[in-house]
Amino acid sequence: MREIQAGAVTETVARLCIETNQYLPEDVKGALRDCRACEDWAIAQNVLDQIIENYEIAQERELPVCQDTGIACVFLEVGQEVHIAGGSLREAVDEGVRRGYGEGYLRKSVVRDPLRRVNTGDNTPAMLYTEIVPGDQLRVTVAPKGFGSENMSAIRMLKPSAGLQGVKDFILETVEHAGPNPCPPMVIGVGIGGTFDKAALLAKKALLRPLDSSYPDPFYADLERELLEKINRLGIGPQGFGGRTTALGLNIETMPTHIAGLPCAVNVSCHVTRHKTEVI
Amino acid sequence: MERHITLPLTRELARTLHAGDTVYLTGEVYTSRDAGHKRMCETLARGEQLPFEPTDATIYYVGPSPAKPGQVIGSAGPTTSGRMDAYAPTMMAAGARGMIGKGARLPEVIEAMKRYDGVYFGAIGGAGALLAGCIKQCELIAYEDLGAEALRRLYVEEMPLIVIIDSEGNNLYETGRAEYLRQRDGV
Repeated sequence: MREIQAGAVTETVARLCIETNQYLPEDVKGALRDCRACEDWAIAQNVLDQIIENYEIAQERELPVCQDTGIACVFLEVGQEVHIAGGSLREAVDEGVRRGYGEGYLRKSVVRDPLRRVNTGDNTPAMLYTEIVPGDQLRVTVAPKGFGSENMSAIRMLKPSAGLQGVKDFILETVEHAGPNPCPPMVIGVGIGGTFDKAALLAKKALLRPLDSSYPDPFYADLERELLEKINRLGIGPQGFGGRTTALGLNIETMPTHIAGLPCAVNVSCHVTRHKTEVI
Repeated sequence: MERHITLPLTRELARTLHAGDTVYLTGEVYTSRDAGHKRMCETLARGEQLPFEPTDATIYYVGPSPAKPGQVIGSAGPTTSGRMDAYAPTMMAAGARGMIGKGARLPEVIEAMKRYDGVYFGAIGGAGALLAGCIKQCELIAYEDLGAEALRRLYVEEMPLIVIIDSEGNNLYETGRAEYLRQRDGV
């Protein structure tokens, strides 16, 4: 049994909240530069130039890339040999969010109750996912998620007879419907299979995978490429003003599902798709 | 067309702006988003005065991140305007004319824009650090309890915007995309 202090979890979450909001991941920056190089529509080039300039300014001046510094999605993979000492794990994570959003001058965007809507004032609670895995390490991923794009996400419980075509149609329909609202160029996370809830979680996890990676199974890797190409044929373009660059990437995650079902979730994200992982 | 304009956004000035124009905006704008709009519309419904003079005013849909010591404001890019669609016609009826945000608007908002000579400007969503550089002054004027959603008066200089929907109802989201597809596909 390896002991990890709750304080170490707090410190890591706090630091990752700040770092993810100030520095875009290399794969996202690379995708933006590649798309700028391929873009041939003047207004779209201009928008991409400003988006690139924006992340450079944020990096230099240690400012949030986007003022919507998100709701803090925190994924913990807890080794089964790990014992968390010195406090509750849930509290340790929330304290990390509280500190990170306070010390990092990040926006507090969480309301306590979805209908009565009073701000919690410290961006807690985190949207926390824990998974028990083999080993004696704790893997911490922080992914602040903005809601301009989150609001354009969708899930559909397709019939198995809808098949591959049904999945493709639903994904493209969701992107088309999102249009200019999620600050394109978007990043699209797709979850296929599982149950209603698992499909949504898979879609969120798909957003954590680097944009320059592909699904290990060639069937889905081809589907990722095909869908990205189709999305970039829609013509929505950066910010919706027209152009080639509608999405920077599309990742799919899948899992087994029921004989009667074909759940498909599409988690829409933006060009400020932030995440970082550290192992304690 | 590239335009450098100074606020307030009078009816005459509004009519000279066209969807697709690049605009560098200078002057005073007011920040408000979901909760602030709700309060302002409740205030108007009671027949009371808004916390600022709405005539020819421009509202920036933004909830900035907090300013670090020595900064005017934190990151300050636009939020999705569609959430203010329920309030925008009421604000225009009260005199406000300019809106800065991002994303699609409902037909009833566009109808109100045609009626009141409203203009919908787009700022680049997600470019909060870049846009913060154009904000030279920031003063909290009401609804402090709303935090990021409080009402602020900003002084902006040469803020880079694009006219998305003009006072005639022309919409860059439709025309820009259609034009791109037409050129790409050669039809």
